[in-house]
Amino acid sequence: MLIIVGTVPDPNLGLLIGKSALKSRCLTVEKTDIPIQRGTPALIASACKVCEVFGAEQPLAILAGDIGLGHGSRELYAYLTEHIREYLFSTIVFHYLQPDVDWHCRVLFALQEMQQQPTLIADAGFMYAAKMSGYAGEYDLFTPDIGELAFLADENAPHPFYTRGFILHEQNKVQDLISRAYQHKNAARNLLIKGATDLIVSGGEIIKQVNEPVVEALEAMGGTGDTVTGMTAALISSGLGITEACTLAARTNRLAGKLANPTPASQVTDIIEQIPTALRIKNRQDT
Amino acid sequence: MRLIGRVIQNLKRRFRKSSHHGLGLLVFENTSEVIRAEQILKKEGCDVSVKGPPPELRKGCDLVIEFQLVEELRVRCVLQKQGASILDVVPLNSELLQPVDIFQTRDFGDYLMVRAANMKITVDKQSTMIVNISGGGCPDVPYLAQEMVGKKLQDAPTPRDIGHTLCGYALQLAYEEIQQQC
Repeated sequence: MLIIVGTVPDPNLGLLIGKSALKSRCLTVEKTDIPIQRGTPALIASACKVCEVFGAEQPLAILAGDIGLGHGSRELYAYLTEHIREYLFSTIVFHYLQPDVDWHCRVLFALQEMQQQPTLIADAGFMYAAKMSGYAGEYDLFTPDIGELAFLADENAPHPFYTRGFILHEQNKVQDLISRAYQHKNAARNLLIKGATDLIVSGGEIIKQVNEPVVEALEAMGGTGDTVTGMTAALISSGLGITEACTLAARTNRLAGKLANPTPASQVTDIIEQIPTALRIKNRQDT
Repeated sequence: MRLIGRVIQNLKRRFRKSSHHGLGLLVFENTSEVIRAEQILKKEGCDVSVKGPPPELRKGCDLVIEFQLVEELRVRCVLQKQGASILDVVPLNSELLQPVDIFQTRDFGDYLMVRAANMKITVDKQSTMIVNISGGGCPDVPYLAQEMVGKKLQDAPTPRDIGHTLCGYALQLAYEEIQQQC
């Protein structure tokens, strides 16, 4: 089973735990409807679409409302520290949480006490905390975009906001940024770097590149990185290896984008709708 | 005259960068308070800038306000009048982390996108409608997008007013940059 941990921009939503279900363009968790715009709901919705295609169990969502003040995130951190060992799951993905190094470590240590070690995936705020904690290497997969890769490469930056200019300017030297991130132990064992060309990295080496089809509008659209991470997590949970899952998710996301024919003003739900079709096409091509 | 003023400001900044003497830090409980205090102090004409805290500072949040220590009384007074509470005031002893100041702009024809650090904002050039907000990792990003997308630049709430985190602050910088360009 896949567990997805993240926040929803609703200050009135407390802790919400339950199986995810997609109804039309709305996500439902434990009888609560959650709009899918971007962020963790977009990640969950794309994972649900993959599970639907593979006939897999729908992901378990562990969510809390948070609009940036950190209350919901802290509630999540506290719950996970106390209860995560009670769940049976193979893969867990952490997403939009207020970065907090101390709480991050408590959650990681709780996970490490489990008998069966799950596949650990981190993105967004939780990935920032994982990098700053010095335990990035304990994770199986980070899914940064190119700007966040620069942050991972900057050993002094506590947040992408403080990435030093000379590192940001190295955007064309992606391999240098990757090497630097690994040299300072600020990268997970594998990376899926989302960008104009998606890069799949293992142990510091680029082992796959995905750059077709080109859908330029995706760069401007909120949530298109979340969909890649959601699909990757669901594919790993369904039994694919990390490299295969990253490659298939990156290809599927691009194709879903192409099928949706978006403009920079399109919303991510248009892409999510196309995931099953894109996944079936890609799966057929790959077999 | 404007140009001369800018040159003087730049020279002042350069001098300040090369020396920490006489500078202090205002420490706050959370990022929203820093953003609000910066807004208040700048409005009152105080010479302040937002920075990353030095590693030895073990309290407060991920942003601090750098100011001229000689102005401490005035700064405290201004903030007190507006009901903003400072956690601590400390002298600056080391170089601080600089917030990102590089913007990347991408022209999509009818749409313009500006990126600051890990945050992107996209606007319809003709109507100035915010059509997308992406990037970031802190929980106020989906909230900011929810509140800002679909509104015109001049009508939308600003990240400075409703954001709470460093991602929110980065979006504010992108928002100011795209306002200048539109």
